[in-house]
Amino acid sequence: MSVDLEHYLIVGAILFSIGLYLTVAKRNFVGVLMGIEMMFNAVNLTFIAFSRFAESDQPLAGHVFVVFVITVAAAEAATALALAVMVYRTRDTVNVDEIDLLKW
Amino acid sequence: MDDAGTIIAFYVLAGMTIGSALGVVVVRNLIHAVIALIGTFAGLAGLFVTLSADFIAITQILIYIGAISILFLFAIVLTPQSGRNNQETFLRFPALALSGLVLAVLVYVAVDTKWNVTEQDGFAETAGTIGELLLDKYVLPFEIASVLLLVAVLGSIVLVRPEPAEED
Amino acid sequence: MFLLKGEWYDLRDLGNTVGGLLDDLRDIGAPDWTIYVTSSLIGAVGILLWTVLSCLAFIWIERRVVALMQNRKGPNRVGPAGLLQPVADALKLLLKEAVTPRSADRVIFWAGPVLIFIPALVVFAVIPFAPKMTLADLNVGVLFLIAIAGINTPAVFLAGWASNNKYSMLGAMRTIAMLISYEIVQVLALLGPVLFVSSMRMGDVVAWQDHFNTWIFFIQPVGLLAFIIAGAVETNRSPMDISEAESEIVAGYHTEYGGIKFGFFYQAEYLAGFAIAASIVTLYMGGYTLWGLEDYVPAWLIFLGKLYTVFFVYIWTRGTLPRLRIDQLMAFAWKFLLPLMLINALVVGAEVLIWRENDIDATPALLAIGAVNLVFGAILVAGWARFLGHGTGKQRGQRAILTQEVGAVHFTPEPAP
Repeated sequence: MSVDLEHYLIVGAILFSIGLYLTVAKRNFVGVLMGIEMMFNAVNLTFIAFSRFAESDQPLAGHVFVVFVITVAAAEAATALALAVMVYRTRDTVNVDEIDLLKW
Repeated sequence: MDDAGTIIAFYVLAGMTIGSALGVVVVRNLIHAVIALIGTFAGLAGLFVTLSADFIAITQILIYIGAISILFLFAIVLTPQSGRNNQETFLRFPALALSGLVLAVLVYVAVDTKWNVTEQDGFAETAGTIGELLLDKYVLPFEIASVLLLVAVLGSIVLVRPEPAEED
Repeated sequence: MFLLKGEWYDLRDLGNTVGGLLDDLRDIGAPDWTIYVTSSLIGAVGILLWTVLSCLAFIWIERRVVALMQNRKGPNRVGPAGLLQPVADALKLLLKEAVTPRSADRVIFWAGPVLIFIPALVVFAVIPFAPKMTLADLNVGVLFLIAIAGINTPAVFLAGWASNNKYSMLGAMRTIAMLISYEIVQVLALLGPVLFVSSMRMGDVVAWQDHFNTWIFFIQPVGLLAFIIAGAVETNRSPMDISEAESEIVAGYHTEYGGIKFGFFYQAEYLAGFAIAASIVTLYMGGYTLWGLEDYVPAWLIFLGKLYTVFFVYIWTRGTLPRLRIDQLMAFAWKFLLPLMLINALVVGAEVLIWRENDIDATPALLAIGAVNLVFGAILVAGWARFLGHGTGKQRGQRAILTQEVGAVHFTPEPAP
């Protein structure tokens, strides 16, 4: 009864699929972004799990990759939420069903 | 990783993480959903600690709980008329099928593959080695990431700046 | 004296007592996880007891000291010389009715004080009270301080949000703006000690200061100043208590909280103040070492003495300085402290590089670094302040514009000296 790589990969897979469901099926734009952040987190967990368990000559490369993923996720969350606020200002809604026109 | 403490910690933290993630899907109030997301981040930080990734766990708390959650909360506060009831779109059942399919494939691959597992017992010290790698082998992505952050900050500020009033 | 070293009755380091207890447990044959849980429980309960008792004591001490500075007596009615004032305060807060507004979000309203109390307490886990008295000597201890202080930010927002009150929300937003600005300043100020010690472990920082017989205070004066200021902002103490002062925005994010919920906020502020003082003592002032005195006097007593001295400096600034406005605070952080700390990081990095590459002896290197940092820091602080327009005297002697306009006695602004 020990905790192996598969356990962490399964947790990561569950988080990824929940994030995917949030991204596709949420009505509020901020909800969609929460799903994207959850997918990023699932990917981070998978990277760290592999870095800990898998055989490699530089195991901490996984950690470096996770640092970059966190950086990109932060930048992307900031920009996407700024976009959400701007869309709200022009369209007065952040309901993804109603933001479906590219012009005016 | 087979001592009782790690096993109990893993199951408790994994339960907390997945429970909070399901909470994000299910709760009927968007602010409560963000709190559940914070719970997910915290559970993940705990899982990173069980994987002996102490620097990444602290970075996760610092950036995700300390900063990105605030971004989400501010975005919700600044969009008041929108639906705060965390409903799903008309695509909920196809989305459920899709995520179920993705989950099944990933779990099958995770369980069925014979991973090349190493015998090491956790890292002694990650922060120093990560620092060396960031400045030695991965210095180019490091510099590009800093430019990316600068661009993101400038872009966000320019996007939400109010229109400069015309003065005649 | 030295024969006592390491025995369980060697009270110079309470870790010896706990270690003796754990050895006894191990001899009986308890499993490993029992020993681990016991040691962490003892540490956690000890920290909790000490912080609560210190908080009670300092309620009285702070009010008397501030009163002395303001030329009045403090609380002197409740017990002999007012010594039972903390008991009276605690009883009042416990017995008051904690009203929950009807349209407030009940769960988050309940959770707000808890979420603010937790970071203030958890930070003590990485502080070394004595050579064997650190609850968890993490490899990333210095970063842990910042990360756990960062949990305050969503907690403050949720407390303000749950009150369902416009002014609480505004107060919470102002507090969060303050907190995140000074978090950046704090992290950059902490780069100084970490660069010198080249490790993020709190125990290593104390060992470095012991090894080189110096305090990082002497070689990083500007960094310490910035960290003290940022620490005062992070814990919402005067002169930066704009977010919780009763005359500002009706006490900000804890307007709607009464009774023991407000007691939690009040206690969390004291605890956070102790935590910041403990970090300053560990990182900049040598921790539990005092140039060899820790062989005779218990190390944790030295640590507590230094901590209370630093906390007294905070009480001193509270009694002396007026409150800063929110725009003054933000301008100070972004325009003054942040460039200063960036240049400080650059200078410290260059100094450490020169020291390591050329393999210079410790004492002349540290003296040179200290002198250079002090002079350079003084020039930088004065020069940058002058560049931003402070201290030139142009702002002094201005009379109120309204008085001039409305037609009162016409004053002319005093000419700049």
